[in-house]
Amino acid sequence: MTTQMFGAPIRRKEDPRLVTGGGRYLDDLGHDALAAAFVRSPHAHARIVDIDASDAIDVEGVVGIYVHEDLPGRVGEPLPLLIPHPTLTHGRTGYALARDEVNHVGEPVAMVVATDRYVAEDACQRIRVTYEQLPVVVGIESARDGERLVHDDVPGNVAAHMLQEVGDVDAALATAPHTLALELDIERSACMPMEGKGVYARWDRERGELRMYSSTQTSTGVRAAVAAKLDLPLAKVECIAPDVGGGFGVKIMHPWPEEVLVPWAARLLDQPVKWAEDRREHFIGSAHERGQLQQVTVGFDDEGRVLGLDVKFWHDNGAYTPYGIIVPIITSTQLLGPYKPGAYRCEFWSLYTNTVLVTPYRGAGRPQGCFAMERTMDAIADALGLDRAEVRSRNFILPSEMPYDHGLLFQDGRPLRYDSGDFPASLAKLKQLVGWDDFADYRRSAEAEGRKVGLGIGCYVEGTGVGPYEGGHIQVETSGRVNVSTGLTSQGQGHETVFAQIVAEELGVRLEDVHVTTGDTRKMPYAVGTFASRAAVMSGSAIAIATRKVREKALRIAADALEVSPDDLEIVEGTVRVKGAPATSMSLGTVSVLSNPLRYAFDEAARAATQFAGTFDPDKPPVAEGEEPGLEGKGFYSPTQATFANGMHAAIVETDPVTAEIKILRYCVIHDCGTMINPMIVEGQVHGGVAQGVGGALYERMAYDESGQLLNASFMDFLMPYASEVPTVEADHLETPSPLNPLGIKGAGEAGCIPVSAVIASAIEDAEGFPIARMPISPNDLWELRRRHAAGEVPSLHRQANTARSSSSSSSSSSSSTSPKEPTS
Amino acid sequence: MTDTTQMAGETIHDVTVRVNGIRRSAHVPARRLLSDFLRHDLELTGTHVGCEHGVCGACTVLVDGAPMRSCLMFAVTAQDHAITTVEGLCSAPDARVAPTGESMNPVQQAFAECHGLQCGFCTPGFLTTVTAYLDENPSPTSEQAREAISGNLCRCTGYQNIVKSVLRAAEIKAERADERADEQAGEESS
Repeated sequence: MTTQMFGAPIRRKEDPRLVTGGGRYLDDLGHDALAAAFVRSPHAHARIVDIDASDAIDVEGVVGIYVHEDLPGRVGEPLPLLIPHPTLTHGRTGYALARDEVNHVGEPVAMVVATDRYVAEDACQRIRVTYEQLPVVVGIESARDGERLVHDDVPGNVAAHMLQEVGDVDAALATAPHTLALELDIERSACMPMEGKGVYARWDRERGELRMYSSTQTSTGVRAAVAAKLDLPLAKVECIAPDVGGGFGVKIMHPWPEEVLVPWAARLLDQPVKWAEDRREHFIGSAHERGQLQQVTVGFDDEGRVLGLDVKFWHDNGAYTPYGIIVPIITSTQLLGPYKPGAYRCEFWSLYTNTVLVTPYRGAGRPQGCFAMERTMDAIADALGLDRAEVRSRNFILPSEMPYDHGLLFQDGRPLRYDSGDFPASLAKLKQLVGWDDFADYRRSAEAEGRKVGLGIGCYVEGTGVGPYEGGHIQVETSGRVNVSTGLTSQGQGHETVFAQIVAEELGVRLEDVHVTTGDTRKMPYAVGTFASRAAVMSGSAIAIATRKVREKALRIAADALEVSPDDLEIVEGTVRVKGAPATSMSLGTVSVLSNPLRYAFDEAARAATQFAGTFDPDKPPVAEGEEPGLEGKGFYSPTQATFANGMHAAIVETDPVTAEIKILRYCVIHDCGTMINPMIVEGQVHGGVAQGVGGALYERMAYDESGQLLNASFMDFLMPYASEVPTVEADHLETPSPLNPLGIKGAGEAGCIPVSAVIASAIEDAEGFPIARMPISPNDLWELRRRHAAGEVPSLHRQANTARSSSSSSSSSSSSTSPKEPTS
Repeated sequence: MTDTTQMAGETIHDVTVRVNGIRRSAHVPARRLLSDFLRHDLELTGTHVGCEHGVCGACTVLVDGAPMRSCLMFAVTAQDHAITTVEGLCSAPDARVAPTGESMNPVQQAFAECHGLQCGFCTPGFLTTVTAYLDENPSPTSEQAREAISGNLCRCTGYQNIVKSVLRAAEIKAERADERADEQAGEESS
C-alpha cells in the first residue's frame, strides 16, 4: 500500500529550499534591473500646485522622472474599482500617480527610475512638490460628522450605506423581556508581511511581450489589470508570483500603483525595472484594516436567548475604495458566528478618511464582527448572572439544524448558509481544554496571592473557500514526474506540500515525484487568487478533480496495454498493477509514453510510443477518438457557496494590580476546518493567526495624529509581537467534513486571528470586573479604565470579579498552584 | 583600509570581505549597506531585508561568528571581516546532506523538521541567530530558547514552532557532535 499522504503531518516540500537561502523573493530577482523609487505625499489632504524636478533630473544615474501628466491613456486614468456593489454608491479610486489632489500621506506623486535605488532616492529628495493643504478627515467620528470632506463630491464621506434585515427587529426588541445596548470600538492594524510589496518587469521588444513578477496574492488578477492598463493583449502579458514573504490580505489588492507603473516604465524604457517596497512605504502606501465603531442593541429572554439583534456600525475605509466594501459586508454577515440571532438587522456606513486605504487583513472584517457578537454574549451573561459558556450554548445553531440559512447575502453575493459544524461539541472540547469549570477555584487561589486573573471566551464561524472557482492541471511526464499547477499563489501556506499530498493520495504516486507550481500565469491562466481561506478548498478540490481524471485515463491506457479491465487495476507508488497480481504492471511513466503516440524517439522510453513499435489496430487513429495526447488532465472547482469553518478560543489572562500590565497565561483553541490535509500545517496557521490576533488585541494600532500623519510608521513604533509577547497555543481539533467539496475540507488560513480581541477583552473584563468595549488595550488604557472605574465613570459588571460564577463548579480543588491548571491528559 | 576611486560624485571603495569562507570583492560607495552589498553586489540573496532599521532581524548575518544586523552596517565596515550568511550555514562542519539533496546545519534541519517557518522570509535571520546562540548555549530550556529568538520578528508562525525548532536543533547538534567525536576516535584508533 502507498503510505497515507492525505491527513498526515508531512514535512513541507518548500522548506529545504527556504532554509538554505534558496528562496527567490521579488527583490532576489532582476539584478540587472533599473530601480524605481517614489515621491509620496507628506500631507494627508492637499492640492498639488506644482512639481519641480529640475534639480533631480541631473542626478547622475537618473533614467526617468514621471508625474501624472506623463502617463498616457489608461495608465493615467483612475485605478479600477475591483469589486463594485450596488450600495457602494460613491466608490472612489486613486491614480497611479496623484493627478491634482492627494488624499493620504504616502500617496505616490512622482516616480523616479535610476540605475540603483540609492540614486533613485537621491533624486526623489530633490523633487520639490508644492502643495496647498486642505482640511483633513481622520478618525471615524470626524468622518461621520461630515463637516469636512475627503472627496468634495461625496457628501457625508459616505462611500456606502448598506442594510440587511431578517425578521422584524423592532418588534423583537419591543417585546423582549430584556434589552441591552453596547458601544464598541476597534482600532486599525495592518497585515505587515515581513516582505513588503514589490514589482519587477521585463519588456521583450522583439516579441512585444511583457513578463512581470509581483509579490502578489493574485498573479492572474495583476496580469489582467496590467494588460488592460497598458492596452496589451492578455496573450502578451505574463505575471508570476515568485516566493512571497507573507501576504495576510494586503497583497490581494491589485493593481497597486506600482504594479501599473513599473511595467509601464519597463516598456517605455525598454529596460527591466524593479521596485521593492521599503518598510515605511508599506506603512503609508499599502493598506490597513479593522477600524470600526459599533452600536449593538440586543433583546433576549430570561434564559439568555437572543430574540433580536440590531447592529449599526461605521467602517473606516480610508481614502479610496478600490477593493469595494468586502470588509464591512463580511463584518455584517459573519458577526452572527455560531448563533441564531432571532430577528437581525445590520446597517453600516463605510466612510472615507484621509488615511491609508482599507482592504482585507487576515480575518477581513470578522474579528470586528466577532468582537461585537461576543461582547454581546458576555453582556447578556452578566446581565442575567449566567455562565458565559452556557449563554453561548443556548444560542447555538445545532448540528441537527445544518445546513442553516441565515437568510442573508454573504460577501460572494451568495446565501449565508452554513454547511456543517458541531458547535456544542466544540464548546465541550474547549471547556475541557481550558478547564472552564475549574477556573473559579483557580481564581480563588490566585486572588489569595493578590493576583488578578480572568477567563475569556470567543466563538466564531468563518465563511471560507469562496468562489468563483480555481483550477488544477496535472501532467505525468514519461519519467514518472508529476507536474501540478494551480493559478492561485502561495505566501507561506505550504501549498507545494498540501497539493502534492492530494495528488500523491489520489493518483497513487510518491510525494517526492509531485512538483507543484502556483501563481504562474504561464502554467495556469485561469485563477482567482489566495484570500478568504480558500486555497485548500478551491485549488485542493480542483486538483483532486483533475487528478481523478488523470487516474482514470492512466487506468484506461494501462488496461488496454495490459489487456485487463480498468476495474482490476490499482496504482501504487507510481506503478499501475493488477490487483492481487502485482507482477502484471507498468509504471505511470510508461503509461505516459503510451499516452502520446510519437514519430521520433528522443530517448529510450520514447521508443515504445513510436509508430513502428508494438502492435496497433490499423483501423483506429493513433490518438483514440475523444482522447487527447499526453497523460494529463485539467479540472475546475466552482462551488455554489462558501464552506463554513468554525472555532472557539479561551484565554486566561493576568493583569498586574499596580501596573495594569496584561499577560496571557494560557491560550486554548478548538478549531474545526473540516477534514485536514496536513494537521501540522493547519496548526501552524492557527499559531500564526493567534499571534496576529494577540498583536491586534494588545499591541498594534495605527497612531494617526489629527493632521493625518502616521506617527508609528516603523517596526520600532508599531508594536508587532516578538516571541516574548506571544503565548503558547494549546490547540485541539474537531473535523466536521464539509459536504460541499470532494475532500470535505474547509479553509483554515484566517481562523486563528478572528476571535482573539474578543477573547482577550472577555478575559480582561473577567479579571477587572468592568466592561471592556475598546480594543486593542494597552496597560495605559487599562490603567486609565481602572481610574475611571474607581471614579464611578465606568460601571461595574453586575457580578463581582472576585466571586466564583461557574454554574457547574463542583470540584473543591485545594490546589494552590500559581499557574492555571493544564489538562492532565 | 579600502582602495577608493571617485564615481558620480561618490567615493567608491574596493571592499573585500570573507563571505562564507571565500574572499569576495566589489566596488561600492561608502553608504552601501552590508545587506545590499551581500544581496545585490554579491548576489547572495538568502539574506533578507524586512525593515532596514534594525528591528526585525531578517537581515541578521554572522560577523566573525557574532549575529549582526546587516542593514545597520555599511559594507566598508565589514572590510577584512568574516561574514556567514544563511547560504554559508550549509557548509558548516556539522551540516549534513538531507534526503532532498540540500546540505543543512542542525538549525536548518530542525526548522524544516518542526515547521519552524511558513513564508520563509524572516527565516534566514532566525537561522543565523540561533546557530550563533547554540554555539554558546548548547542545551537551552524552552524559556531560554524563546528568549534567544525574541529579537527577531516573524509574522507567520506565532513563534511556537520556532521555539520547538531551537530545542530540536540543540538535539541534532549534540547528535552530530557525538557522531563526529566517534568518527575522530575511529580514525585515531585505526
